[in-house]
Amino acid sequence: MKYNFNFINYFKKFNYLSLILVSISLTFIIFKGLNYGIDFKGGTLIEIRLENKDIKVSDIRESLKRINLGDINVKNFGEESDFLIKIEKKLNNNETLITEIKETLDKDLNEEVNYRRVESVGPKVSAELLKSGIISIGLALLMMLFYIWFRFEWQFSLGSIIALFHDVIVTLGVFSILSIEINLSIVAAVLTIVGYSMNDTVVIYDRIRENLSKYNKLEINLIANLSVNETLSRTLITSVTTLLALFSIFILGGEILKGFSFAMIMGVIIGTYSSIFVASPVLKYLKVSYKTLEKKEEKIVP
Amino acid sequence: MLNFTKIKIISIYFIFFLLTSFAILNFFSNEESLFNKKVNLGLDLQGGSYLLLEIDTKPLIKERLQDKVIQIKKYLKNNDFKFDSFEINENSINFNLKDDVENRFQKLFFSTKNNNINQYIDQYRTHQFDLLIENNNYTIYFSKYGLLTLNNAAVKQSIEIVRRRIDDLGTKEPTIIQRGEKRIVVELPGLKDPSRIKNLLGKTAQLNFRLVTDEENDFGSEKMISENGEEVIVNKKIIMSGENLVDAQPRLDNQSNKPMVSFTLDRYGAQKFGKVTTNNVGKRLAIVLDNKIISAPVIREAITGGSGTISGNFTFQDVTDLALLLRSGALPTPINIVEERTVGPDLGKDSIISGAISLVIGFLLVVLYMFYKYRLFGLIANVSLISNLSMLIGVLTILEATLTLPGIAGIILTVGMAVDANVLIFERIKEELKTEKSVIHAFDMGYSRAKITVLDANLTTLLATVILFFFGSGPVKGFAVTLGIGIVTTLFSAYFIARHLTSFYVLRNKESIKL
Repeated sequence: MKYNFNFINYFKKFNYLSLILVSISLTFIIFKGLNYGIDFKGGTLIEIRLENKDIKVSDIRESLKRINLGDINVKNFGEESDFLIKIEKKLNNNETLITEIKETLDKDLNEEVNYRRVESVGPKVSAELLKSGIISIGLALLMMLFYIWFRFEWQFSLGSIIALFHDVIVTLGVFSILSIEINLSIVAAVLTIVGYSMNDTVVIYDRIRENLSKYNKLEINLIANLSVNETLSRTLITSVTTLLALFSIFILGGEILKGFSFAMIMGVIIGTYSSIFVASPVLKYLKVSYKTLEKKEEKIVP
Repeated sequence: MLNFTKIKIISIYFIFFLLTSFAILNFFSNEESLFNKKVNLGLDLQGGSYLLLEIDTKPLIKERLQDKVIQIKKYLKNNDFKFDSFEINENSINFNLKDDVENRFQKLFFSTKNNNINQYIDQYRTHQFDLLIENNNYTIYFSKYGLLTLNNAAVKQSIEIVRRRIDDLGTKEPTIIQRGEKRIVVELPGLKDPSRIKNLLGKTAQLNFRLVTDEENDFGSEKMISENGEEVIVNKKIIMSGENLVDAQPRLDNQSNKPMVSFTLDRYGAQKFGKVTTNNVGKRLAIVLDNKIISAPVIREAITGGSGTISGNFTFQDVTDLALLLRSGALPTPINIVEERTVGPDLGKDSIISGAISLVIGFLLVVLYMFYKYRLFGLIANVSLISNLSMLIGVLTILEATLTLPGIAGIILTVGMAVDANVLIFERIKEELKTEKSVIHAFDMGYSRAKITVLDANLTTLLATVILFFFGSGPVKGFAVTLGIGIVTTLFSAYFIARHLTSFYVLRNKESIKL
């Protein structure tokens, strides 16, 4: 399929849109914050399955109120009689806490509760997990910066990083707006998004570089437009196949992978958008032209 | 790029079949086979318990400093140092030295040969303790490497004790390994409820026998509460500790039918125990576990046989646990459980099923879409996708990697992203076909021109997965492993298998090619 959209007319409008999206996201991330799960905040999470279908969220909450647990959060999880209990109370020593909760629930709900999952993270470990999560995302961005710098010119490197920041910020912004829980698998998703979005950007940049030397009279905006069009078919097909796989996980992969696959779906859409509407037009502001390539060649062959 | 030498073709398909046969191994369980390799299921898929333990070295540091006190005092006396205001703090020993002896003390304290007071650690070329002197006030504290040595020894010993306790419970295939400086990872596949193990690991089980006394003595004494609430004064001198125990078993008392623990002592312990009990008939002996009296019986007669019993207000569960703790030995320092993750077996099973279903459906959707988009070449891309998957599983098998739920997600994601390499190439070929008259030349150019882009695009994702592998923990690491290996097998299948199939077809059907 041959595409010939005139993206140039929209570049500016989409630049504003991107700026607005990033600002809204940042506002939410700063003022509303992110909904950290127990991985990063510490606490206990218990997933249970009940035989008795009549038991409601409120019954479980009532039962747990009898033991002093502080902030508790009970919600339905997947199937009707599956529940997720989250306890924020941070205990350095939880040896008896979980046993106590189990005893209370078994007694009050009048059945042998099926404990499908129990996770408990101490405050020290959660702080470390958060730290290593932030470091790993930061490090990934840095490595991408250097990789593109090494493979292309610094303008491209800067352009791709701007696009990556856009993706990470907007993805986290959506998570903040929708209050979706941030846990270890979300960090994995964000890192994969960084890789995927970079992948998309690199393909377009490769083409831009090729076209810059091919049509050295054209200005960068036209080159960007041409390159985006030439690679559009690939961009769309790859996005579609990746999204097909992701939707399959999202719908059929069970509750545990829901957050992860949702983050990935968001990321693939935002990443695809950013490589077309952020990474490409931003090259104009970085004053990229065929001369940018020439300079490098001069350096190599003095 | 469309020409393959025979050797190249053979090696491509050799690698493919080799990896695929490893993948197939997973479906047969042959214990005796030489290549008995399998992909392991993570705890989140097979169910089980993960515990992260952290040793608390503070009490140990204090204990070691305490041990040092008498030695240091003796040392100061022997070397004619006049000292006063001697005290022990959390992390240091403090004292004042009279006169101007700074240099002399320093020289002695930091001597490297036969230094009993401040051991020289050859490995790190440094001493166990450091010294701080301010106006005749001397502070002795653990040096950085002194602490490290102490810490390492404590972790190693703790791992050993933890292993003994867990093995004693008969859990299947536990994994117990050190992580970082102070932590121990315990993985217990198949365990539904770790509360008993947590309970057992939560006790250091430092057992000692001390006399109940009223008299003043050199070692000092302390007030303790006995098992029936009575306040007794216990001598600080330890007669014998749990180290001298060689065995401990839960028993029922023949007369009262009450549960108790019977223990056997080693030779040294038996001698010492015999001597003390002979000299102190009629007095009470306090049996102290983790600084609590569990029993304080009266010594009725000398116990010289090297065995004895501990009875008290115990249930049978209590004595079983106590015997186990005594058998496995004391932890050098307390352990805290800082992270715990337990997955029940039915959730694990559900996760496998939903993971497998989403893999199959995701795979089918991608395969159909590729066929719809590229027809015959879509088929080639699909063949390369299938071989990609089987090679991916083959590599996972060879590495005996652990498959987790996020790992399955990584495989599905590989399915979605793997076709990208072929899409890039096919799209490039399409463009080349527009300007190029020779079909073969267009295919050739397409492959070689797309090569750099494909490599660049995949390396970026690979970089992200490498970071994830090193910084991610637990199941997330499984994701990084499958996605990372997936990228490598993707490159192989796109640039070798798919390219060979394409060339095979193109070279035979030069005239009628449509893409």
